[in-house]
Amino acid sequence: MVTPRPSTDQVWAWLDAVPDPEIPVISVVDLGIVRDVEWGDDELQITVTPTYSGCPATSVIALDIQTALAEHGIENVSLKTQIAPPWTTDWLSDKGKARLKDYGIAAPNSAKGPECCPHCGSKDTERVSQFGSTPCKAQWRCLSCLEPFDYFKCI
Amino acid sequence: MDPLFEWLCRMGDSTLVLGQRLSEWCGHAPALEEDIALANTALDLIGQTQMWLGLACETEGQGRDADALAYRRDVWDFRNLLLVEQPNHDYAHTIVRQFLFDAWHFEALTALQSSSHSDISAIAQKSVKEVTYHLDRSSDIVIALGDGTEESHCRMQDALTHLWPYVGEMFTTDAVDEALNGVVPLPASLRPAFDARVTAVLSEATLQRPESDFSHQGGKTGKRHSEHLGHMLATMQFLPRAYPDATW
Repeated sequence: MVTPRPSTDQVWAWLDAVPDPEIPVISVVDLGIVRDVEWGDDELQITVTPTYSGCPATSVIALDIQTALAEHGIENVSLKTQIAPPWTTDWLSDKGKARLKDYGIAAPNSAKGPECCPHCGSKDTERVSQFGSTPCKAQWRCLSCLEPFDYFKCI
Repeated sequence: MDPLFEWLCRMGDSTLVLGQRLSEWCGHAPALEEDIALANTALDLIGQTQMWLGLACETEGQGRDADALAYRRDVWDFRNLLLVEQPNHDYAHTIVRQFLFDAWHFEALTALQSSSHSDISAIAQKSVKEVTYHLDRSSDIVIALGDGTEESHCRMQDALTHLWPYVGEMFTTDAVDEALNGVVPLPASLRPAFDARVTAVLSEATLQRPESDFSHQGGKTGKRHSEHLGHMLATMQFLPRAYPDATW
């Protein structure tokens, strides 16, 4: 019996259920790191791009993608890493940005900092450090509600 | 000697050695935010190392990988700049070393983005985004500490005087650079932009740029590394040397 191949749209939908290991409220698709999904002769080829070149989550993400697809019956997956064009926060989905905010992380903003505090919405914020708990985040503080928060750096 | 392999090792070894140096601060930095910032910077540099040394291995075509280059070569095979192997010493030395490197690194990567070698261009495009943050931060801290207290100012000036003789090596051109002319920028061509930035930041930081342009040489050629590199590699390479092929 020949099982029909799942469509690439179906695969994209499955990948959209694979959480980012560091920020599990968004998926690897929301993060914009899955660049391409394509069927080869008998294997599924997935192109992934790293967020930051040294991000330790990259290898976990590759493993999570393979595990998720295996659960849907796709065993033969080849993962290709592509670094050009380099990942940019412009590739974060709108759904992803909204989920980040609900989670307490300010979404990337083209100016040099967050648009507002993700907790109270105040625009009165200050930077604590350009670097945070993961390579993609910076530490900020709200001067209205006084809560610290993570800001997803714009690159 | 393949000039392209040599040149890729210069890039990858410099980011590797500085990444390792910065990692030595992990858990010891003067403030939590600084600890995290240094570890993040180190992480970016190690990630860039994987790309540069990975490409070096592909170019070489002998079946080695980036880990083999990092862990199974001795001092004389390393091609990093002398600047990055200098010890951390105090925070002033660490920050001045970072700023001088970042200022060179940023100009180098900016120019390399338009390299005719597509892999080099891709690595540069990826790295320059990270290095823009490194340079922003190290510039800010040079200014804050230089124009800070009497103590911080003196330490920064001492660090600058001590590290300045390692600046020249970043801009010297040798046979490797000349063989790749047209593929990568000649190091000397990066100097005017570097000088302009460094002069502006040092002036805001109330620091005096040393007058002598004497420069130590021998890191990027591998001919004369300082004693410090061997000690650093002894720590960095201990595990894979004591337990060959260990994995986790």
